[in-house]
Amino acid sequence: MSEPVLEIRDLRKSFGALKATDGVSLELRPGQIHALIGPNGAGKSTLIHQIAGSLKADSGSIRFLGEDISGLDMAARARLGLARSFQISSLAQEFSALRNVMLAVQARQGSSFRFFRQVTSDRDLTEPAMAMLERVDLAARAHVPAAELSHGERRQLEIAIALALSPKAFLFDEPMAGMGPEGSKRLTSFLDGLRHEAPMLLVEHDMDAVFALADRISVLVYGRIIATGTVDEIRSDPDVRRAYLGEAA
Amino acid sequence: MSRETTVNLLLALLLLGAPLVAAGMGEPFYVTLATRVVVLALAAVGLNLALGSGGLLSFGHAAFFGLGGYVAGILATHAFNGEPLFAGIPATTSMPLIWIAAVAVAGLIALPIGAISLRTSGVYFIMITLAFAQMIYYFAISWPAYGGEDGLSMSVRNAFPGVNTAKPLPYFLICYAALMAALLLFRVVEGSRFGSALQAARQNGIRLAAVGIAPFNIRLVAFAASAMITGFAGALYADLNRFVGPSMLSWHMSGELIVLIILGGKGRLFGPVAGAMIFVVFEYVLGGITERWQFFLGLILLGIVLFARGGLLGLLSGKPRHV
Ligand SMILES: Nc1ncnc2c1ncn2[C@@H]1O[C@H](COP(=O)(O)OP(=O)(O)O)[C@@H](O)[C@H]1O
Ligand SMILES: [Mg+2]
Repeated sequence: MSEPVLEIRDLRKSFGALKATDGVSLELRPGQIHALIGPNGAGKSTLIHQIAGSLKADSGSIRFLGEDISGLDMAARARLGLARSFQISSLAQEFSALRNVMLAVQARQGSSFRFFRQVTSDRDLTEPAMAMLERVDLAARAHVPAAELSHGERRQLEIAIALALSPKAFLFDEPMAGMGPEGSKRLTSFLDGLRHEAPMLLVEHDMDAVFALADRISVLVYGRIIATGTVDEIRSDPDVRRAYLGEAA
Repeated sequence: MSRETTVNLLLALLLLGAPLVAAGMGEPFYVTLATRVVVLALAAVGLNLALGSGGLLSFGHAAFFGLGGYVAGILATHAFNGEPLFAGIPATTSMPLIWIAAVAVAGLIALPIGAISLRTSGVYFIMITLAFAQMIYYFAISWPAYGGEDGLSMSVRNAFPGVNTAKPLPYFLICYAALMAALLLFRVVEGSRFGSALQAARQNGIRLAAVGIAPFNIRLVAFAASAMITGFAGALYADLNRFVGPSMLSWHMSGELIVLIILGGKGRLFGPVAGAMIFVVFEYVLGGITERWQFFLGLILLGIVLFARGGLLGLLSGKPRHV
């Protein structure tokens, strides 16, 4: 079996007395979509934040491509190839959709310490960025400021930005949230194709999407992973049914 | 051409035309007044890079303005006395050399100040930049070699090759050219990759970090570049008044630069120019009527903050075009 791309060992994070991450270990292997499910407040977003570097873990290790990245900040982790989307979209609101993606293209191409060439006429930026918007069906809205995009469009934009980074792993935090059944269906088939570009850690509440996409599922409850397995294993796990799926499936 | 571009062009022409006419009519005082507008605008263009583009509310830019001024004053004083600066380094009265020195000193001091201040944000950033500027202010006051509280007078204006800088109009033209060059640079940098990253850092630093660009580095370079432009203006200001004193370093000065930007339109290319025009005209016209002219300026500022966030340029040219 191939080496894991992302390997988390015994990660812990407390907010005061609350153990939001309580000894979590998990692996993400090449070609996989690894879904992370669990009730609200289970600590899924907190885990994504620690992997991406926007929150510091109290203890434990995070290895990415064989390297311990615990000491790196968010930007350094992104440069190594970790692309994330936010549960609540986080965009440069005044910039158009295109310029938001161009920012990612510029980051991937290297230095931002270039002071003269104008970005709006720089085809090395505009063309790859437009191509990413086309992939997520947002090309028609390329010149609309992010602040004026609809909720669903912002989610698509977040994914286009992640794609533009040509990452080594995706971290998606509830990309379908609030998308509506039609949008969710389309996004599901889109994400399905992404696993060949890079493996994905997918936090998602939409169980249809999770069961359709996931190679493996981990169930997080109160900061602990209570089960990890294939779709069928998780569906038939009595603890999981009791703790979580009881109300969902 | 967008409406804002037209307004900008008109402002640039007005600022050039008015002193030309005044000089033609033998009114050098108004040329000097226009030079004051230009130099304050240049200082504010520097701050606008940090504040407008980068969202960094530095309350310590007087430090860089004053440092630029002191560089000019100190070099000129040594050169006038025929002494080397220190360690055998010769002093100079050449403006281009003085400018380079002023810009370099402002940048070098801004790097450590920025590196520390930018670890914080919001109110803490404002307070730390203020604290650094006050440290430099008190240092200047307590250093008798360069005038202490009294400041330094320069007996003649420094020299620019081929120009009689003692006359108001030629000196105005030098300053005006410097301002236009700075505005052009601002415009170009804002549209560059660096400018994109800087604006993104203001809009959403987390987003910038999430694509792999560390906001800290971008902000630090912007802060230093911003200080360098303001330092350049400080050197011109010292030569304009043939005087540099601690007041250039004081927090009033930092506040004035912020006020200029807010009056004119934060983050807008010509915001500092419009702001400096309003400010100096107010200072002159109202200042001639009442000592309390700043009270009325305060009212205008209040009105702008409450009802016209885009400043004068926002009123004249509408909402900024989205990019
Ligand atoms: N910055 C924070 N400070 C304090 N508590 C937090 C913070 N972030 C999250 N929490 C708490 O940690 C728990 C896990 O939150 P979160 O990771 O957002 O859950 P999920 O994404 O699974 O819904 C929740 O109880 C939440 O209230
Ligand atoms: Mg969450």
